[in-house]
Amino acid sequence: MSATSAYLSVSNIEVIYDHVILVLKGVSLQVQEGQIVALLGANGAGKTTTLKAISNLLRAERGDVTKGWIEFHGQRIERLTPAELVKRGVVQVMEGRHCFQHLTVEENLLTGAYTRSGGIKEDLEKVYAYFPRLKERRNSQSGYTSGGEQQMTALGRALMARPTMILLDEPSMGLAPQLVEEIFGIVKELNQKEKVSFLLAEQNTHMALKYADYGYILENGRVVMDGRGRSLAENEDVKEFYLGFSSGGRKSFRDVKSYRRRKRWL
Amino acid sequence: MNWAFFFEVLIGGLLAGVMYSLVALGFVLIYKASGVFNFAQGSMVFFAALTFVSLTERGMNLWVAMAVTLGVMVVLGIVIERVVLRPLVNQPPITLFMATIGLTFVLEGLSQIVWGSQPHGLELGIPDVPMEWLSKSANINISQFDLFAAGVSGVLVAVLAVFFQKTRIGRALRAVADDHQAALAVGIPLQHIWAIVWAVAGFVALVAGLMWGARNGVQYSLTFVALKALPVLILGGFESIPGAILGGLIIGASEKLAEVYIGPYFGGGIESWFAYVIALLFLLVRPEGLFGEKRIDRV
Repeated sequence: MSATSAYLSVSNIEVIYDHVILVLKGVSLQVQEGQIVALLGANGAGKTTTLKAISNLLRAERGDVTKGWIEFHGQRIERLTPAELVKRGVVQVMEGRHCFQHLTVEENLLTGAYTRSGGIKEDLEKVYAYFPRLKERRNSQSGYTSGGEQQMTALGRALMARPTMILLDEPSMGLAPQLVEEIFGIVKELNQKEKVSFLLAEQNTHMALKYADYGYILENGRVVMDGRGRSLAENEDVKEFYLGFSSGGRKSFRDVKSYRRRKRWL
Repeated sequence: MNWAFFFEVLIGGLLAGVMYSLVALGFVLIYKASGVFNFAQGSMVFFAALTFVSLTERGMNLWVAMAVTLGVMVVLGIVIERVVLRPLVNQPPITLFMATIGLTFVLEGLSQIVWGSQPHGLELGIPDVPMEWLSKSANINISQFDLFAAGVSGVLVAVLAVFFQKTRIGRALRAVADDHQAALAVGIPLQHIWAIVWAVAGFVALVAGLMWGARNGVQYSLTFVALKALPVLILGGFESIPGAILGGLIIGASEKLAEVYIGPYFGGGIESWFAYVIALLFLLVRPEGLFGEKRIDRV
């Protein structure tokens, strides 16, 4: 796969917070047009940092991309502001939803269309068509809606910018399994009908690999494995370390020693 | 009880309260959009009034001077965003608060370096005399100037309320107030928003500066009107424009009534501190203020 044919391509980036803390140690990944790509890994592996490096929210947190480059449509984007990126069609949905609590659900959605004008009414109706629940709650303050409704609001708000690429961070966080299924279903639907590509950071490996076309596994700020969604889900190491079953049937956690984990990078 | 006198005190108090609201509005604007308590609001009022007065004293027409001062305040807002706020994105509110304290000294020093530190009189052409027909018909003395100030504030509030609730920029301002990061993520450019809101606060400071300057003269002590806005904010809530107005009315009226009816028992002069007592009591009962935004905690 050559980097030039990719839609979004991250090449060997290194991210440093506060000039001292090295978080990403050379991450490369590609998203092809129309794909759902999963970014997997444990807490602190660098998933969120990777997404924020792409959307450029990093600089507001005193983080900086010090090496490597990020291209979208063949153009370098790592020096653009988040607002310019949204205009080009790249929107991030942050972990923990981050709705505007004191704004109503509808006002939340409308802020998503800040960067553009025209056709906003139609887009609002489209979002309501995907999330009928939001239409019912349109005049409630979003701070008082449920976690699932807030996740829908956050996703709908991102859609209002007419994105071609959504960076989706932990959509399953704090949601009931049934709701997680529903949210992922809608992501798939958006991917197919609206032709939105997704880069999806998830803890819920099982769920993510079920829907993703391709996946990357991050450990300690490095990509340690990548492959098609199906093949990753069948990989022995992934099964053992991320999905919780192994070839030898049930296993005591005492036997799972950290040094048994194969190093997969040089 | 002398009812005509009671109403005279009450109305006089309400109108004085409107003047407090005018100052409080500037605080509310910036607090809403950036979650920062702008300590420099008082010195912005002073800066605006002093600039205006100095321009008119150099022979500038009243309206031209107003336009020029407005321009200066807008530029000031943009400069503050660039120099003070932009490097502090995503810092805790206390850091930003400290920055505004620094800004206070800079503004006070700067305005006196440029325009000198003598007190000035400010004449807007509206006489501070009782309305004649009212004193004749109902025996109530209400200042013409106070009524004018109330009218100006009323218009200002209505315009700001519509701006915040109905316009795209206003919605973005409220969004930024709620969550900086999320606002960035949906593509709201924080820099523009902050520059806008400081410019609008500068405009409000100008109006407040004109009113207060015409009443008390333009001098350094004008910065202290900001202190009178504090109890108003506590009463009305830091995020609410209607709250600033209602808070101002309550503080103004109760202050004057207390001075007249309770004052004698304390030997008089309670007007200057009574507002803070009300604010203190109010904090015990309703810390977010009458119309302040409740913190939404999900449990």
